[in-house]
Amino acid sequence: MTIRLKVNGVEHELDVEPDAPLLWVIRDDIGLTGTKFGCGIAQCGACTVHVNGEAQRSCVTPVSSVEGMEITTIEGLGANGLTPVQQAWIEHQVPQCGYCQSGMIMAVSALLKANPHPTDDDLANAITNICRCGTYPRIRAAVRDLAKA
Amino acid sequence: MVATRRMVLFGGLGAAGALVVGYALWPNGRIARLDKLDAKPGEKFVANWIKIGQDDTVTIVVPHCDMGTGIYTALSQMAAEELDADWSKVRAEAAPADTDFANGAMIEGFALNGMQVPAMLKGLAANTFRFVAAEITIPGAGYAPQITGGSAAVRFTGVNAMRVAGAATREMLVKAAAARWDVPASECTTAHNKVLHTASGRSLGYGALAGDAASYSPSSNPPLKPKSQYTLVGKSIPRVDIPQKVNGTTDYGLDTKLPGMMYAAVRISPVFGGKLKAVSIGDVANRRGVHKIVKLDDAIIVVADRFWRARDGAATLHPVFDNASNGTVTSADITATRVRALNGDGLKSDLKTGSGEDALSQGKLVEATYHVPYLAHAAMEPVNATALYRADGTLEVWAGSQDGLSARNYCAEVAGLSLDKVTFHLRPLGGAFGRRLPGHYNFLEYAVKTAMAVPGTPVKLIFTREDDVQHDYYRPNVMSRFRAALDTKGMPVAWVNDYAGDEGANPEAHIVYGIPNQAIRAMQVKTHVPTGPWRSVEASWHGFFIESFVDELAHAAKADPVAYRLALLKDAPRHRAVLKTAAARAGWGQPLAPGKARGVAIFESFQTIVAHVVEITVSPDGTVKVDRVVSAVDCGNAVNPDGLKAQIEGGIIYGLSAALYGTITIDKGAVVQANFPDYEVIRIADCPQIDITIVESDAPLGGAGEPGVPPIAPAVVNAIFAATGRRIRELPVRLSNLSSSKKAASL
Ligand code: FES
Ligand code: FES
Repeated sequence: MTIRLKVNGVEHELDVEPDAPLLWVIRDDIGLTGTKFGCGIAQCGACTVHVNGEAQRSCVTPVSSVEGMEITTIEGLGANGLTPVQQAWIEHQVPQCGYCQSGMIMAVSALLKANPHPTDDDLANAITNICRCGTYPRIRAAVRDLAKA
Repeated sequence: MVATRRMVLFGGLGAAGALVVGYALWPNGRIARLDKLDAKPGEKFVANWIKIGQDDTVTIVVPHCDMGTGIYTALSQMAAEELDADWSKVRAEAAPADTDFANGAMIEGFALNGMQVPAMLKGLAANTFRFVAAEITIPGAGYAPQITGGSAAVRFTGVNAMRVAGAATREMLVKAAAARWDVPASECTTAHNKVLHTASGRSLGYGALAGDAASYSPSSNPPLKPKSQYTLVGKSIPRVDIPQKVNGTTDYGLDTKLPGMMYAAVRISPVFGGKLKAVSIGDVANRRGVHKIVKLDDAIIVVADRFWRARDGAATLHPVFDNASNGTVTSADITATRVRALNGDGLKSDLKTGSGEDALSQGKLVEATYHVPYLAHAAMEPVNATALYRADGTLEVWAGSQDGLSARNYCAEVAGLSLDKVTFHLRPLGGAFGRRLPGHYNFLEYAVKTAMAVPGTPVKLIFTREDDVQHDYYRPNVMSRFRAALDTKGMPVAWVNDYAGDEGANPEAHIVYGIPNQAIRAMQVKTHVPTGPWRSVEASWHGFFIESFVDELAHAAKADPVAYRLALLKDAPRHRAVLKTAAARAGWGQPLAPGKARGVAIFESFQTIVAHVVEITVSPDGTVKVDRVVSAVDCGNAVNPDGLKAQIEGGIIYGLSAALYGTITIDKGAVVQANFPDYEVIRIADCPQIDITIVESDAPLGGAGEPGVPPIAPAVVNAIFAATGRRIRELPVRLSNLSSSKKAASL
C-alpha cells in the first residue's frame, strides 16, 4: 500500500506497511540516517523527530499515523545553516560520541519553541532523552544560555 | 612483560619523492606501502601519524577509534604542538585497519612503564599474532595494536608517538629549509606551518618543503618543547568532531549504506553457550521482504530487505536452544559461588606486607563484605556491523570497534580467510565503554556468518537494544571482604582483603594508604556469563570496595573521613592535594540543610587521581537524589582541559547510573533485563550539578576517559551513610530500602 510522507518539505510516496515504524522508514527507505535507533520502545529519544513541530519518538510511530503531516529530521532542522540550538551545542562542546545528539537537539528545539525560557526544572521534565556519554551538564548549560536569549 | 624489540624512528625517500618519517620495526619497504595504503593524491606520509598535503594541510592519522572521548583532537594537538603546525590546517582521520598502522607506541607504553599488559589486550585472534609476531612480541600476551581502551590513547600514543613524530618532522623540515637558503639550521625557527629565517625575512611553507626534507634522517630523540612554550597543548581547543555531531552527519556503523543492502536481525540463545536445537519457521520465510533465514550454531538470523521486517520476522520465530546445562542458573547461585570462595581455601595470595593477616590481632577488628553485580555497557548505539562477502572470496566489513585491526583479523578468522582478503572499515562509535574491545565481537561474528550465507549481498546486522543488553560481555560480579585492625588512635595497623569474582587478582586492589601490614588474596570464580572490560575495568569495583571500607574505618575511628584519609596519605602528596582541593571546593565540614549529607572518595586509576565529594538528599521515602558532585582531578598536565572535564563528567554520570540503578541479574541461565525500563540510567532530571577542578602536577600524563568512574559509587554510599546511618555494601543503591532507616524516617 502507498504511504505519503512529507519529510523536510519533500514528498515521498512509499510502498510500505501502514504499521512500519517511522524511524526505519526515514532511515532505510528515505535514506536519512541522522535519526538514530537506541531502544525501539520510546524510552531513549535517540529517534526524536518533529511531527507538525512537536517532538515525537519515531521508533514507535506507525507511518500511517503521520501521513500528510510535516515531518522534520535533524537533516531538515539545520537545512538553512546551524540553528541557535546547534550553535549552542558547539559553543558548550556538548557531544561526546554524538549518537544521542540528533534526538537531543530535536527534543530541545521543540521544547524551546513551546517554552522559549525554560528553567532547569522545565528542561528536566521535558527532556527524558538518554545520553550514555553523560553530556547532560553541558546540555543544561547550553539550554540556560538559550533560555536567556 | 617486555617488548623484545623497540620501535625506532626512521625516515627516507618514499614513493614519488616524498619525505617519510615514522615509527617502524622493519623500515624497508614500509614507506611505499604506507603511501599506497592511505595517501590520497597530493598527500605524502611524513610520519606514520602525520601526512602533509601539497596544500599545506597537516593530517594526523590516528591509530584509534573515535568513541566520543575527544582523542582525535587531543592527539592532533600533541602532534601539531611539536610540529608548530597551523591549527587551522590540521585535520584528523582514522588510520586504516592495517598492520602498518599498528600502534606499537601504546604497547611500548605499557612495557616502558613496567606495567602488566592489561587483560583486555590478551586473548586475541591467532591471526593477528602471527601477522605481527615479527614486529613486537610480548611474551604470553596477545596483541591489539590499534586498541582504544585503558584510557591510554593520549598518555601512550600521544606521549610516545604523536609528540615525537611531530618534533622529528619539524626538525627535518627545518633542515630542508636551511639547506635551500644556505643558512645554518640553528638560525631557522618554525611557526604556523612555516619555516622562518628571520634575519633574511624569508619563509617557506611545510607543504613546499616536505619533498626536500626526505633526504634527512630523523633524529631518534628529537628535542621536545618545554611546557612553557606550548601554544596548543593545555588549551581547550574545540573538538574537531563536534560540528558533524550536531547536524547528524557523523557516519556511525549503523549508518552504513550500500547498494542492494539487506538487513539482519538475530535471535541468540538466551542462555549463554546454548545451541540451536530446532526451530519452527512457520510462515516467516513467506513474510514480505524476508530474503533468507540463516541457522547458526547458537542463533537464528532473519535477513530481509528492511530492518523492521527482519526484526519482526525474527521475533515471530520459535527457536529451541539446548541450554548447555546452564538453564537453571540464577543470580543467587552466582552469589553463592562468591560466598563459598571467600570462605573456602582457594584464595591465592596476591600481596603481603609486614606480618600481613597476623597483625589483625594488634587492634580493634573492623569487618565488612561488599558485592557488585554484573553490568551491561548499554552504549547508545546498539552494536551492529555491515558485511559483504563476494563470490571471489573477499570480505568487506563496516563497523565500530575499539580496535580496527583486531576486528579485521577477527572477521578473517570467522570467515576462514587470509587477512589480505579482508577489508575492515572502522566507523565512528556511538559509545563503547569497553563493549567493542577485542575479544568481544559477537556482533562481527554474526554479521560475517550472515554475509557468507548470502554471497554478493551486503547485510547490515543490528542488535536490538534487547539483544545488546542480553548478549553483552558484562562487568564482572565481584564480592570483596575486608578486615582491618585499628590501633588505639583508630588508625589501621592491618588491612586484609579477600575477593572473588569472574577475574583473579587485580593490581587495582592495592591501596595507596600507608598501612604497615597488608594481605590481599583473590580467587577467580567463573560462571557461564561472559564478562569483559567496562569503563574503568577493575577499578570500577575495587574503587567502590576500598573507598567504602576506608570510610567505614574513619567512622569506626570517629574521625572525619577527609582528615582520616589525609592522615593515611602522608606519603602521597598528589593524592593529598587532590583530596584537599575537592574538599575545600565542596565546603567539606560546613553545615548542610536537613536531609542532605556529603560523602567523599578518592581513587587513582590509569595514572590519574580523582576525588569526588557528593552532596545528596535522602527523602523520607528513602529516595536518594545526588544534588552535586565536586571533583578534583590530577592527570599530570591536561592536554585539553575542557576535554578532560567532559570525560570526568561522563565518567561521573556513567558511574552514577551503575551505582544507583545498574544491575544485570540472571534467571534460568539468561539475563533478566532487556531495555532501558529495567536497565535504568541517569537522565537530565537526576543528573547532579558537577563542578570539576583540574589540579596540575608534573606527573606523567594520566588517562581521562575512565578515572572519573571509580570514586563516584563509594562517594555516594558514603554520603548515604552520613545521611542515614545506613551502610550500603551491595550495589546498586536502589535495591536498598532506605525509608526504614531511623534518620531518614525522622526527616
Ligand atoms: S529509539 Fe525511539 S525512543 Fe529510543
Ligand atoms: S553523546 Fe554519546 S550518547 Fe550522548
